Amino acid sequence: MTNVPGVPALAYALQQLINGVTLGMIYGLIAVGYTMVYGIIGMINFAHGDIFMVGSFLSLIALLGLASLGITAVPLALALTLIFAAGLAALYGWTVERVAYRPLRGSFRLAPLISAIGMSIVLQNFVQVGQGARVKPMEALLPGGIALMDDGNFAVQLSWMQIAIVVTTLVVLAVFTWLVTKTPLGRSMRACEQDLKMAGLMGIDTDRTISLTFVIGAALAAVAGLLFLLYYGVIDFFIGFLAGVKAFTAAVLGGIGSLPGAVLGGLLIGLIEVGWSAFLPVEYKDVAAFSVLILVLIFRPNGIMGRAEVEKV
Amino acid sequence: MMAALRDAFLSAVIALGLFVPMVGLVLDNGDRGLVLRGRPIAAAVLVGLVFVGRLVMHLWADRPGKEARTIRASKIVPKAANRFVAPILLAAAVLLPLTGSRYYVDLGTLVLTYVMLGWGLNIVVGLAGLLDLGYVAFYAVGAYSYALLAEHFGLGFWICLPLAGIMAAFWGVLLGFPVLRLRGDYLAIVTLAFGEIIRVLLINWVSLTHGPNGITDIPRPTLFGLRFSMDDGDDTVAGFFGIEAETIHRVIFLYYLILALALLTNWVTLRLRRLPLGRAWEALREDEIACRSLGINVTTTKLTAFATGAMFAGFAGAFFATRQAFISPESFTFIESATVLAIVVLGGLGSQLGVALAALVMVGGLEMLRDLLSTVGEQMGSEWFSGLAGDLPTYRMLIFGLALVVMMVLRPRGLVSGRTATAEMR
Repeated sequence: MTNVPGVPALAYALQQLINGVTLGMIYGLIAVGYTMVYGIIGMINFAHGDIFMVGSFLSLIALLGLASLGITAVPLALALTLIFAAGLAALYGWTVERVAYRPLRGSFRLAPLISAIGMSIVLQNFVQVGQGARVKPMEALLPGGIALMDDGNFAVQLSWMQIAIVVTTLVVLAVFTWLVTKTPLGRSMRACEQDLKMAGLMGIDTDRTISLTFVIGAALAAVAGLLFLLYYGVIDFFIGFLAGVKAFTAAVLGGIGSLPGAVLGGLLIGLIEVGWSAFLPVEYKDVAAFSVLILVLIFRPNGIMGRAEVEKV
Repeated sequence: MMAALRDAFLSAVIALGLFVPMVGLVLDNGDRGLVLRGRPIAAAVLVGLVFVGRLVMHLWADRPGKEARTIRASKIVPKAANRFVAPILLAAAVLLPLTGSRYYVDLGTLVLTYVMLGWGLNIVVGLAGLLDLGYVAFYAVGAYSYALLAEHFGLGFWICLPLAGIMAAFWGVLLGFPVLRLRGDYLAIVTLAFGEIIRVLLINWVSLTHGPNGITDIPRPTLFGLRFSMDDGDDTVAGFFGIEAETIHRVIFLYYLILALALLTNWVTLRLRRLPLGRAWEALREDEIACRSLGINVTTTKLTAFATGAMFAGFAGAFFATRQAFISPESFTFIESATVLAIVVLGGLGSQLGVALAALVMVGGLEMLRDLLSTVGEQMGSEWFSGLAGDLPTYRMLIFGLALVVMMVLRPRGLVSGRTATAEMR
């Protein structure tokens, strides 16, 4: 498919741009968690995608629970759900770090990665056993939107949901940026990122900082989970795998360890995926994301905004 | 004691936060959308388990005389294991078909397939220290090579077996060449991506692979040109030897075939470990920078490990295709890669015996447990046992995942401590 008949090319491209940015915001939020953890302890938190999935399930449970309690005002319900899901997903993130990663600090090279893969399998199957394997659909909370460039037969749709997703992401990222740049916690995180051992010698509680990194990353992933649920309206226990790989690709593309890079990479991956689905065979859209990952790792392993890494003995 | 109680209480509070929403509330797919159902007892049981488990952990860690015991145990086990367990296992494997039970032989074939995959992946992960999360891709390449060659060119199993191995090794080199200079954890993700790409291709390239429907009627293997068939022709095994034709003959033949293939994998690995190449793999696993400083060509060394591992996966894939007579992309998901990796890690990265034991316990043991539970359920007319048996495949991956984490935390060097180098400076 190259062009939809009767649809102006410009309007079609603009529609894809809007969709791509929305999806990219979600990937960006997850990618921040990967990049933070990698920056500080140099491991790929393989279970991060599954924390995102858990966050998505927690959001759905909270939304249904609030509805049964009679809280139906959309902004209030969304705000409460956001706090609930982010808080509990943060608890999951903390527990995963405490149980599976902390005992392995200083173990051999592959140990934390294998443990992380184990944790990812555990979370997936825990949710599958606990919540069932069937997909969970949800009706749209915020139907409707604005029609732009309406010429009679095709209008660029900007839905309220997309606006909500972009606004929420920007607010959350603003809070997060303030946290990293202006607070003592952010200062110790950046110190640990530069040199973990030295930061410890300077009196920073490195274990606590690493824990909090996981907590923040998990909370951001849960926000992404809520947005994913609102955007697609359907989730299952396996969504964390694909979203995780794509978000990791975003983190690598932006330059792993770089926070603005993660958001930028997320936007790019969102645009690539939506663009591919719009103009090329849609069955292969996941192959596109995976190929981007492989190509970036081969030709530019430091990403767009990353620093070159020197391996020392 | 007070500290242990307090810690257990705190863990229980955290477990309360983890389990109450995810287990205590369940999203049921009702007729009119989702409904939220409460499940307080399940959540309470899990929280209670965490409390008791944490308490027991503390008491166990503080028990008297702990130091002396652990040292003794770790010294005795490996030696005794290597001397006695391996020959006993081998004898049991050779004698198994004599039981004549189709069930055990089928189960044995399944276990041996995983043993072979485990030994193949062991070369890559255990010996060379390259974490490959897309191992199932090479298994798929082997299976589809045989199926497609048989379908389009009418080639038999014995010609295709080496071809499947060569194809898989070729793909191993093709993938390995650009990515093997990546760091260990990047390599893991790239191999994962590669595995997924192969699966998506198999599903969507319908004109070649028949897509999700898979390939049917894959020919069965022959014994020196003799077919295993129910008709009494002269070119069938039963007709040639003048015996009654039974399906069990083919099942037993397939069993010995995979046993031979697995032992071949084992033998090649053991021999390779004594060559300079095998020594280089082990050195690479321990310290890549030191290897490079000593003049070992890191890329070639990694590539040979990758290709050798892939080749054995290709053999296993061809065997899988001929045994099932049907393959589809369903059989080659990430779960398979994870299962094989779990077996290798549980067996202790690098230990041949450990991998065999892990496959036996994790694949055979769980399968037998499931059958036991369903039999008990039928006998007692108990819903609970049959229900548990039905759920066991779902719990299997949960157990695998937990086992990976627990192994890494408690005994990162494996149950049969196989990560010792073959050659050591004393």
